[in-house]
Amino acid sequence: MNRYPLWKYIIVAISLALGFIYTLPNFYGESPAVQVSSAKATLKVDESTRNRVEEILKSAGIAHNGIQLDAIGVKARFATEDIQLQARDVLEKAFNPDQTDPQYVVALNLLSASPRWLTALGALPMYLGLDLRGGVHFLLQVDMQGALTKRLDSTAADLRIQLRDKKIRHAGISRDKDSIVIKFNDAEGRDKARALIADRQRELALTQNDLTLTATLTPQAKKEIQEAALKQNIATLGNRVNELGVAEPVIQQQGADRIVVQLPGIQDVAEAKKMIGRTATLEVRLVDESATVAGTGAGVDFFTDRGRDGRDSKVAVKKQVVLTGDRFVKASSTFDQNHQPAVSVELDAAGGRIMREVTRENLHKRMAIILFDRGQGEAISVATIQGEFSSQFQITGRFSPQETNDLAILIRSGALAAPMEIIEERTIGPSLGAESIKKGFHSTLWGFLAIALFMIAYYQMFGVVSALALSANLLLLVALLSLLQATLTLPGIAAIALTLGMAIDANVLINERIREELRAGMPPQAAIAEGYERAFGTILDSNITTLIAGLALLIFGSGPVRGFAVVHCLGILTSIYSSVFISRALINLIYGRQKKLAKIAIGQIWKPGLTATPAGSK
Amino acid sequence: MEFFRIKKDIPFMRHALKFNVISFVTFLIAVFFLATKGLHLSVEFTGGTLIEIRYQQAADLEKIRGALGAAGFSDFQVQNFGSSQDVLIRLPLKDAQESARQGDQVMAALDAGAPGAAKQRVEYVGPQVGKELAENGAMALLVVVIGIMIYLAFRFEWRFSVSAIIANLHDVIIILGFFAAFQWEFSLSVLAAVLAVLGYSVNESVVVFDRVRETFKKSRGLTTPQVLDHAITSTISRTIITHASTQVMVLSMLIFGGETLHYFAMALTIGILFGIYSSVLVASPLVMWLGVSREQFIKPKKTVEGANADGAVV
Repeated sequence: MNRYPLWKYIIVAISLALGFIYTLPNFYGESPAVQVSSAKATLKVDESTRNRVEEILKSAGIAHNGIQLDAIGVKARFATEDIQLQARDVLEKAFNPDQTDPQYVVALNLLSASPRWLTALGALPMYLGLDLRGGVHFLLQVDMQGALTKRLDSTAADLRIQLRDKKIRHAGISRDKDSIVIKFNDAEGRDKARALIADRQRELALTQNDLTLTATLTPQAKKEIQEAALKQNIATLGNRVNELGVAEPVIQQQGADRIVVQLPGIQDVAEAKKMIGRTATLEVRLVDESATVAGTGAGVDFFTDRGRDGRDSKVAVKKQVVLTGDRFVKASSTFDQNHQPAVSVELDAAGGRIMREVTRENLHKRMAIILFDRGQGEAISVATIQGEFSSQFQITGRFSPQETNDLAILIRSGALAAPMEIIEERTIGPSLGAESIKKGFHSTLWGFLAIALFMIAYYQMFGVVSALALSANLLLLVALLSLLQATLTLPGIAAIALTLGMAIDANVLINERIREELRAGMPPQAAIAEGYERAFGTILDSNITTLIAGLALLIFGSGPVRGFAVVHCLGILTSIYSSVFISRALINLIYGRQKKLAKIAIGQIWKPGLTATPAGSK
Repeated sequence: MEFFRIKKDIPFMRHALKFNVISFVTFLIAVFFLATKGLHLSVEFTGGTLIEIRYQQAADLEKIRGALGAAGFSDFQVQNFGSSQDVLIRLPLKDAQESARQGDQVMAALDAGAPGAAKQRVEYVGPQVGKELAENGAMALLVVVIGIMIYLAFRFEWRFSVSAIIANLHDVIIILGFFAAFQWEFSLSVLAAVLAVLGYSVNESVVVFDRVRETFKKSRGLTTPQVLDHAITSTISRTIITHASTQVMVLSMLIFGGETLHYFAMALTIGILFGIYSSVLVASPLVMWLGVSREQFIKPKKTVEGANADGAVV
C-alpha cells in the first residue's frame, strides 16, 4: 500500500534535479565585469561592438576571461577588480571620445561566475535586492497637478495666438486654477471663439456664462496628459541615469503617479541625486521690458535672476511660454567666438519655427531661460536676442565652463514633463549588504541544523526523512527564486528561515499521526498510509490559512514587506510539495517494499492506550 | 524518545474560564500600554530620515550629538545600533525639500564635528509614503482577518472561524502591547512578522479544530468539553514540537540575524509563544461557549444548512 507508481518517483527525481541545477549558480559567486551598452535609442550594440571591445582590450594589453553579447550590451569579464577598473577606463576613453556627448554607457558590473552551460540553461543566481548588494533606491512622486497647469498655460497662450490670427476680439485670457477663463466684449466674438475652440481644441470642455467662456480639460485629455507626462519623465530619467554609468538600473512606474529608480552599486548618492533628483523643467520666455520690478502686472511672472556678481535681482517675464524643454533636441557645452563658455542648442522643427518667429518680432529684446525646480522658477539665463535664430543657436551669458556643462546635460537629457519630488530614499553601503547576506545565511543555517538534529534524534528514520524533505524544500525554494529572478532582500532571507521553521510542522504532524496510529495498534504499513492520509487534510488547511496571510502581504505590502511576502508564499508552496510528496516518496522507497514490516524506526512508541474516555467514566 | 506520556485526556476545559481570564488580563495590559505609551513607529511610518553610520573605533555619541547640534539640527535621536561602532541617527520630517537633503547635510556635519564616520545606510521617507504604508498595513491586516474567517467558515463552521480569529487577534494585540511597553521600534518588517504570526497561529487552531471535528464524527457519547479535551491532548505533542522547531529557527534569527532582523525576530518570538497558548487554550473554550456540538458535523445536510442560517456565516 505504500508504493508509488514509477511516474511519481520520476517526478520527484526530475524536480530535485531541476532544483539542483537552478540552485547551482548561487554557489559560483560573481566575477567583476565591464559592460558596454548603448546610451542612444538609435545606436545598436551588436557583434561589431563586441569585436571592438575585444580589439581595444587586446591593444591595451588587458587580459579578459571572456566577452559576451546579450540583449543589454557587451559584457567582458575580468579576473580581479583592479583589472576591471583599468579596463573600464580604457573602454570609456575609446567608446566615448567626446565626454560631453557620450554615445555608450560603460559601467562596472558583476557577472555570475557559473559555467557557460548553466547560463545557457537560463540558470542564474538569485537576484539580490539593493539592501543586499548595496546601492541607491529612490521613489519619486510626479506632480501631476504641475503637468496639468503647465499644459493649461501653454493652451492659453495658443488660444491668444489663434484668436488674434482669426481677428476675434477678446477682453482677456487667463488661467484660473484648473480652467482657462476668456472674457469677451460682445456675444458675436464669444460665439466665434466658441466655434473656433470647439473645432481646434478638442481637449477642452467649454462652459458659457454671459460674456465669459470657461474652458477646462476633459477627463480624457487629463488622463492622456498625465500618462504622457509619466512616460516622458521615465524616459528622461533613463537618459540621465545612462550618464551615471549604472550597469543594471531599474526605472519603473509604480502606481499612477510614481516612479521607482534603483541604482545598484552606486555609492555616490549626492551625484545620483543631483542627476535624478534634479526635478527641473525648462521654459523659454520673453522678458517683459515694460513691467516694473515692484509691480505685479498682469501676464507677468517674477523670477530670481542670479547675477554675475552673486547678487540676486528680479526679472519680469511674460507668462506666455515661447518654448518648453521638450523642444530641445541637442545641447552641448562649447565656447563662443569670444572664447566665452556657451551652450550650443538645437531645437526640433516646430521649436525652430516658433523661435524664428519670436526672435524676428523681438529683436534686441531680452529672452530668459527659466529653470523650474520643485515649483520654484529661477532664470538661469537672461540674454538679449542678437539676431534671428533658427533651430540652432547658442546661449551665452554668465556661465562658468562647469555651468555650461551642467546646463547642457540638463537640456540634452530632455526636460521632465512634470516636476518630481523624492518621497523615499534608501542608500545601502556595499559592506552592509554583504554583512546582511552573511547574517541571514548563518541564522538559516544554524536554525536548520538544530531542527534537523532534533528531528533525527526524536523520530529516527522518519526524522532523517523529514530532514531530507526539509533540505529538498530549501533546495526547491532557492531554485524557484533563482528561476523566477525574484528580488531577494534581507526580509526575504528571513522568510526563507521562517518558512523552513514552519514547514517542519507538516512532517511533525505526519510523524505524530503515524505514532498515534501505531499506538492504537495498527500494523506499521497501515499506520504509515493512514498517518499521511489523515495529516494531509490538516496540512492543507493550515498552509492555506498561512497562504492567505502571505497573499495579503504581497498585495498590500511594499518594499521590505513585499520581499518577505514573495518568498513566504513561494515557500509555502514548496513546503507542501516537499513535506508531503517528497517525504512520502522516500518513506515508500525505504519501507514500501517490505511486505511483512514488523517495526519501523520512528522513535519510541509509548503505549498507555490513549483513547478518548467515554462520558461519565472520567 | 517520547516526551509526552499522557495517560488520560487532560481536562483543559475544566480550566477554560481561568485561561480566558488570564488572557483577558494580558490583553487588557497590552491595550493599556498601547493606549498610554503608543507604538514607537519607525521612520517608514512617520516619515523622516534615518542614517546608519559606522566608526572604526567605538563611537562617541555625545560628540556626534554635539556635531549635529552645532550644525543646526534639532529633535534628532542618536543611539548605538547593535555594536558600539554602529550608530543610528534619526531625524524628524521637515518640509519635503529640506528632508531630501538631510542625509548629505548630516554627513557633512559629522565630518566637521565627529570625523571618521562611514555611511552605511540612509533611509528617507516622505510624509505621504508613511501615511500610505500605515493605511496599507491596516488594509493587509483586515484582508487577512476576513480571508481567514471566510476560509475557516467554509471548511469548518462559523463558530470555529470566529473563535480562531478572536484568539489570534488577541495575539496580535499582545505583540503590539510588548512593542508599546518596551518602546521597541515598530517597522514595516515587524508588521510583516505580525501578519505572518496571524497566519501561523490560525494554522495552529486549525490543527486542533481538525481533531475536534474528527473526534465528534468518530466517537459517540462524549460531551463537548471531553471532545475538546481529547482533541487538544492528542495534538499537544505535535503542537509543542512544531512550535519549538519554529521557535528554534526564530531564535537563530534573533541571535545571528543582526540588528536589522532583531525586532522582526522578536515579534515572531512573542507571537509564537502566545500563539501556542491562545490558539489552543483560548480558541477552544470560545468554540465551546459559542455552542459547538456533535450535531453540527454529522446531522443530515439540511439541518446543517439550518444551523448555518442562524449563524449568518460571517
